Amino acid sequence: MGEIEFLTLSGLKPETKKRYMNNYELMVIFTPVLSDDEFKAAQKKYAKLVTDNGGTVVAENAWGLKSLAYPIQKKTTGLYWVLEYTAASDFNEKLKIQLLRDEAVLRQLCTKLDKYAVEYNARKRSGVKSGNEKVVEA
Amino acid sequence: MAKNEIKYLTAIKTDKRVKKFCRFKKYGIRYIDYKDVEFLKKFLNEQGKLLPRRLSGNSLKFQRKVSDAVKKARQMALLPYVTDLLK
Repeated sequence: MGEIEFLTLSGLKPETKKRYMNNYELMVIFTPVLSDDEFKAAQKKYAKLVTDNGGTVVAENAWGLKSLAYPIQKKTTGLYWVLEYTAASDFNEKLKIQLLRDEAVLRQLCTKLDKYAVEYNARKRSGVKSGNEKVVEA
Repeated sequence: MAKNEIKYLTAIKTDKRVKKFCRFKKYGIRYIDYKDVEFLKKFLNEQGKLLPRRLSGNSLKFQRKVSDAVKKARQMALLPYVTDLLK
């Protein structure tokens, strides 16, 4: 009798099975009333939440104070923060609950990044032209 | 007078129209960033509405991606939902 290899759905042996990580991008608008330290603390809190749940932070970008295109909760400015991370697929629900409970958060948006998006972000970070500039007015 | 001379009631159009093309396909752009507001504004009119495909020339695949990106940008207050004089 030959050896029966037990394979999971993904075709990996159970002992080598690794949780599949997806690439995500989170954008949060915090209230403009936060002080610099509070803003930094909030960033650190959510970045830590990602790493505590087995994810990794790929990039972090605080845009800082920016005027909103329309008022949200009667505020015309907001503190923007963008986080790129990898995480397991069930993590985002946890993150969302935390963000919705937070009073300092005006809006949040989590986007799944496909391979082209990851490539685009990496290129943008390294300062190379993203290629989208070539597009001219039609 | 030559017999085979053809006369038209209206002048025939001689200038050829430039064919529209999908700029994403042509320049090999495969990801449309919702954070890049200036880029997205090229696909919006003065009121902040999305331009139709017959004007922008986008292929269906990329028109959908543009519209998704614009909608995300609107949610995050990077672009307005309704406005006047966007540009």
